[in-house]
Amino acid sequence: MGTHVIKMPDIGEGIAEVELSQWHVKVGDLVVEDQVLADVMTDKAMVDIPSPVHGKVIALGGQPGEVMAVGSVLISIEVEGAGNLKESAAPAPVATNEAPAALKVEAAVESKPAAAAAPRSAPVCQGPMVAREADERPLASPAVRKHALDLGIQLRLVRGTGPAGRVLHEDLDAYLAQGQSNASAPATAAYAQRHDEEQIQVIGMRRKIAQRMQDATRRAAHFSYVEEIDVTAIEELRSHLNEKHGASRGKLTLLPFLVRALVVALRDFPQMNARYDDEAQVITRLGAVHVGVATQSDVGLMVPVVRHAEARSLWDSAAEISRLANAARNGKASRDELSGSTITLTSLGALGGIVSTPVLNLPEVAIVGVNKIVERPMVIKGQVVIRKMMNLSSSFDHRVVDGMDAALFIQAIRGLIEQPATLFVE
Amino acid sequence: MQTLNTTLLIIGGGPGGYVTAIRAGQLGISTILVEGQSLGGTCLNIGCIPSKALIHVAEQFHQTQHHSQHSALGISVSAPTLDISKSVEWKDGIVDRLTTGVAALLKKNKVQVINGWAKVIDGKTVEVGDTRIQCEHLVLATGSTSVNLPILPIGGPIISSTEALAPKSVPKRLVVVGGGYIGLELGIAYRKLGAEVSVVEAQDRILPAYDAELTQPVHEALKQLGVKLYLKHSVLGFDGTLQVRDPNGDTLNLETDQVLVAVGRKPNTQGWNLEALNLDMNGSAIKIDSRCQTSMRNVYAIGDLSGEPMLAHRAMAQGEMVAELISGKSREFNPTAIAAVCFTEPELVVVGQTPDEAKAAGLDCIVSSFPFAANGRAMTLESKSGFVRVVARRDNHVIVGWQAVGVGVSELSTAFAQSLEMGARLEDIGGTIHAHPTLGEAVQEAALRALGHALHL
Repeated sequence: MGTHVIKMPDIGEGIAEVELSQWHVKVGDLVVEDQVLADVMTDKAMVDIPSPVHGKVIALGGQPGEVMAVGSVLISIEVEGAGNLKESAAPAPVATNEAPAALKVEAAVESKPAAAAAPRSAPVCQGPMVAREADERPLASPAVRKHALDLGIQLRLVRGTGPAGRVLHEDLDAYLAQGQSNASAPATAAYAQRHDEEQIQVIGMRRKIAQRMQDATRRAAHFSYVEEIDVTAIEELRSHLNEKHGASRGKLTLLPFLVRALVVALRDFPQMNARYDDEAQVITRLGAVHVGVATQSDVGLMVPVVRHAEARSLWDSAAEISRLANAARNGKASRDELSGSTITLTSLGALGGIVSTPVLNLPEVAIVGVNKIVERPMVIKGQVVIRKMMNLSSSFDHRVVDGMDAALFIQAIRGLIEQPATLFVE
Repeated sequence: MQTLNTTLLIIGGGPGGYVTAIRAGQLGISTILVEGQSLGGTCLNIGCIPSKALIHVAEQFHQTQHHSQHSALGISVSAPTLDISKSVEWKDGIVDRLTTGVAALLKKNKVQVINGWAKVIDGKTVEVGDTRIQCEHLVLATGSTSVNLPILPIGGPIISSTEALAPKSVPKRLVVVGGGYIGLELGIAYRKLGAEVSVVEAQDRILPAYDAELTQPVHEALKQLGVKLYLKHSVLGFDGTLQVRDPNGDTLNLETDQVLVAVGRKPNTQGWNLEALNLDMNGSAIKIDSRCQTSMRNVYAIGDLSGEPMLAHRAMAQGEMVAELISGKSREFNPTAIAAVCFTEPELVVVGQTPDEAKAAGLDCIVSSFPFAANGRAMTLESKSGFVRVVARRDNHVIVGWQAVGVGVSELSTAFAQSLEMGARLEDIGGTIHAHPTLGEAVQEAALRALGHALHL
């Protein structure tokens, strides 16, 4: 029997840290080749780590939520034969930039067995009452364990004051006393003061989103511009197309029309379809229009990308948007599908709201937000008529986009949407 | 058909089942226990107890023989003779006393014992003959059976541990198939009783579940006793002689009078309509959670039926816990360690993590051992082979495992398990005065040695 060690792979772009999202196995499980061991996350892509070997899981290298260095030990598997763990072997190989599948052959060789414990970071849950790692078995005598069960106390939440952090009977008493003083307010009163607190670790997607939002608002000079658009005509066109072709080609939402409007308007405003590298001080204008579509998933905001929108028909765009949205929501969107956009569309859809101030998806320089469609009385040619109105709330990076250009760009989009035929006039 | 109603029904009267019943009785739970054979199960009838009795007979016989050949102790006796039927009678007497004792304890705790084979109907109904029993809680404790080899069906000269524990005579030659603890315990006993014993093991060493350092003294003892080892040999079949294949692929014929098949045990899941419950399985065992609950509500599985480690003391602890759970207490099966003991020559004990296991778990550990060669008491027992080994975390010195091999070390398992359950550190054991002269001093010395200051080494 030997030990096969799998290290945290480099998933691309030379990043040094990868977040461990979820384990699919536990210590003691038998795994077969190609079985998924864990999900790890980088940037916004979730990647499966498959097992390259048959064997038994003997140690996990980290906790879900832990950010682990590329090359640190992810998991140890007991295998037939020698395995790849050697007492005094060559240093760990340089991590490669290959796709996860290629990692199977990366014979990760451990330089020092003791390092297996190294990637453990600080305790996952911090708080006044916790004094050990989440998976660590609390040190306590059988009598203390039994007493804790009798009292309904989870031993792992109790701070141990004995030698080596051993939980003593006194610690149980102290924990209980603390709990009682917390619970002194009358429990039945609906207007009772509350003093409870819940600590939620900012991990995984949430951490990524927080970092990116912080980065975007710190770096870019956001300039927001809101315009009201009459969508009566395009809504008529949309419902007509859905009636006529809905059954055969699929239903259209407003999004593919907006994608089309971006594509057409960008021909005259190439500076909006760009990436600004503020370190190199270079703006790259792109011919291809890769539209990021902000999508809410269970784990948070994701931005899957409709590639080459300039080459897609309405239905083509519609199908791609819906496919990507599903993939993102199910956590199955690939890294490629979640990166590389050149401009972003964001929509709070039917939720309402008059105005939003979207945050740029850096290094892009423009983001267009869609607000709710409402019927409103409008004055047209001296008559009050009911029209379907919608606000577009957009933001631009004012460092490289002037206000005048931004306004003109939105006005162009407005013109295209209010006169839908012009979307298709080449 | 007669129908009985009860709160708790236990299938199986082995250590798991009868302890569940006793504890449930103490807690005032109306309890029925169904047992098809004899109370006490494998452990009392055809396992732990009878094997230890036979090992004792063998050891006494062997010692006497040793004295008859001018032992260093200055004792001289004439060559002993053995009336094995009397030995078996003595062993049966012990078994009888223990099983009668179990019956008395069950009666004292108002447990109704039904003799017969249970047939499961559903999670709340079991039939025994023409009696139907309805229960609220069902505990499955049917234990395990010896694994049979299709090429060596039990019968005639081919025996299982059950037959080996009730010999009519000691065979002249015995081949034991399987170098695990059951095969070795019985093989060594038979050797001491005078049989020429060979052990056939497919792996490259005996007791393959334990590390080589630990099994080395047993290996030595086997050599000294004259037990022949056929390691890396696999059994092909039997037709008067036992055919085995050697590591080179050649076939050997081993002349023998009996073949003892001891290749392990498997959960006893057949023949009592367990299928009716359609429970989730964990390999061949019933899958349970930390409260011994199966995938069906109010149906529990304990002991060997729930898989490894198949040890009577685990089953008893599980049974006690399940009874308390059923009584409404909040309970969990959460031992730090379960000791495993091999009554070989010399004895071997493993409690908690071995150095390899600790390393695999990512722990940075100190491993230290103290040899019995430096222990006075061991010398006075004419045995200086073996050692006590401790495994402790380097960072806080909390002990995570003990192993020992040597004369009488089975009794050290108590100290080992206690230190682990109490969360002792090396300093705790090193700072406890261990009586002199005892084997236990080696325990203290192993801890002191791990701290860098053993006194007698």
